[in-house]
Amino acid sequence: MALLSFERKYRVRGGTLIGGDLFDFWVGPFYVGFFGVTTIFFAALGTALILYGAAIGPTWNPWLISIAPPDISYGLALAPLREGGLWQIITICAVGAFSSWALREVEICRKLGMGYHVPFAFSFAIFAYVSLVVIRPMLMGAWGYGFPYGIFSHLDWVSNTGYQYLHFHYNPAHMLAVSFFFTTCLALGLHGSLVLSAVNPAEGTDVKSPEYEDTFFRDLVGYSVGTLGIHRVGLLLALNAGFWSAICIIISGPFWSRGWPEWWTWWLNLPVWS
Amino acid sequence: MTRKLASLALVLPALLLAGCEFGSKTQTQVGPRGTAMVQIHDTSSIKPLAAVPEPPYPLTPDMLEGQRAKEAYQNVQVLGDLSAEEFNYTMASITNWVAPDNGTIKDGGCNYCHNPENMASDEKYTKVVARKMFQMTRNINANWKPHFAGSQNAAAGNAGVTCWTCHRGNPVPQYVWSSNVANPKSIKGNKFGQNTPAQTVAWASLPNDPYSALLEGKNNVRVQAAKTFPTDHVASIQSTEQTYGLMMHMSQGLGVNCTYCHNSQNFANWSHSRPQRVYAWYGIRMVRDSNDNYISALGNVWPANRRGPAGDPKKIFCATCHQGVNKPLGGYPMLKDYPGLKGPYVSAAAPAAPAAPAAPEAPASVPVAAADTSKPAA
Repeated sequence: MALLSFERKYRVRGGTLIGGDLFDFWVGPFYVGFFGVTTIFFAALGTALILYGAAIGPTWNPWLISIAPPDISYGLALAPLREGGLWQIITICAVGAFSSWALREVEICRKLGMGYHVPFAFSFAIFAYVSLVVIRPMLMGAWGYGFPYGIFSHLDWVSNTGYQYLHFHYNPAHMLAVSFFFTTCLALGLHGSLVLSAVNPAEGTDVKSPEYEDTFFRDLVGYSVGTLGIHRVGLLLALNAGFWSAICIIISGPFWSRGWPEWWTWWLNLPVWS
Repeated sequence: MTRKLASLALVLPALLLAGCEFGSKTQTQVGPRGTAMVQIHDTSSIKPLAAVPEPPYPLTPDMLEGQRAKEAYQNVQVLGDLSAEEFNYTMASITNWVAPDNGTIKDGGCNYCHNPENMASDEKYTKVVARKMFQMTRNINANWKPHFAGSQNAAAGNAGVTCWTCHRGNPVPQYVWSSNVANPKSIKGNKFGQNTPAQTVAWASLPNDPYSALLEGKNNVRVQAAKTFPTDHVASIQSTEQTYGLMMHMSQGLGVNCTYCHNSQNFANWSHSRPQRVYAWYGIRMVRDSNDNYISALGNVWPANRRGPAGDPKKIFCATCHQGVNKPLGGYPMLKDYPGLKGPYVSAAAPAAPAAPAAPEAPASVPVAAADTSKPAA
């Protein structure tokens, strides 16, 4: 694979978290590292187990293949492979692969002398996944609360889990998460449209400067967060979306068992007016 | 500044969690693994089962013999086929159940319905209502057996209902509904019957009187599209939310969540639903039958203080019997001790209309466990 002219200077030795320089090398353009090896191991094993699960399952329709967690009755014990044990091992593989990838990102940050923004952000996505398949099941005391690994089946799981609380839109953390998701999209839409407008000027005019961009938004809404600031805002919004998604499912069950609309009766029952 | 932030970081989550339940949970898986069909209850929010009162005295087989009530007493229109002794036993029971003479209610005891000078007189409206309620109870027990299929057992039959199932010692059952007053004509103060945290729909902002439309009369819940795209579907948002409101009540009234009956992957699909949904289907029609042909049919018999703000009588819904429990009184087969309430019921007027379940909209394919050939008698 061709090496780009500037790539050579990014190939810095050292900065590894574990294994010294044992895996400190590149394959083509790809850094390997100890955590690259563990990522490959977990990802390959997990994918192979999903294929095995599909093979012993009822269908090869990719929409319908599903690897389901064990029955609630197994609690936090191991289940037989065909009765949820596969799901348990695949979950270990997934957590292993995602975490390895985050740590590989950390190593690359250290090599390049960057901040840890990228692995920090990715860890929120991992946290959301771990909330669903590890934290909440452990709080509830059964692996059976994890979601099944299937394209349609995991959507059905989401739907039924929501309807366990009658009307999930009243979950306060869900409200926050949804608001952050929408706001992330709005911010990205504003940012993207501004950048595209600035770098695609009318025929015969110059590309616009950041000062011009700031002025546009100061005129429009009275404020511009600036070229660096918009990326901080974007990160804040996106990470909050993932974080509150995780919180909204962790509290559903372990800390609330009735309909979510009823949770708000604490407000109706405030001594001020009740 | 740092201290302020730190205290905020402590106080905010504490506020957010203040309304939560931290106790241990009971969990019942009700669907295949991985479908998230699970009933979860914080042990503190489980409604305790109400006590079932003992019969006033044992009803022995020889008491069923002898003179009939209609021969022993005057103006016995419904329970006349009972023996006089069983009739008295039933009267003693209903007094305990509906108007107990223990000081808990005003004018409790026999005189709540009867003129002690002339027991046969219909001068008190409560006696006229009680007669209709006997007819209703017998109709429910004789003609709506599929609703009780989940409590069927060989020894005691199905749970059925007695007056106690709803009344629990109150002249008017604790959980009843009546129609909302009509919306004002103007925009001001007009909430269109929704957007109020109403207990009737489990504190959602959904239309909070779904009962007038769906628990009397002949409207059916038909809001789910039969196919994905194109839907050819005409159900309005309003009727859909009305249905959602009714379902919120059913969940709350039974102390269960939506997955107790439905797999939300397709709410309407009978083969993906649990047998409990079939019992509920009969239940909705049983409630309509009871509201239309018994409670509302009493018309002007109801005095003003037994009517809601819109002038209609207080009617029944799921919570009237269930009271937050999936099987009222834990499914205890109370009816076995009160054979006089089982029927047979022969109406002098037009028979009640439990013909509905035989109508074409009956569940096309009911789950195997629910396949019950005993349709309500037409």
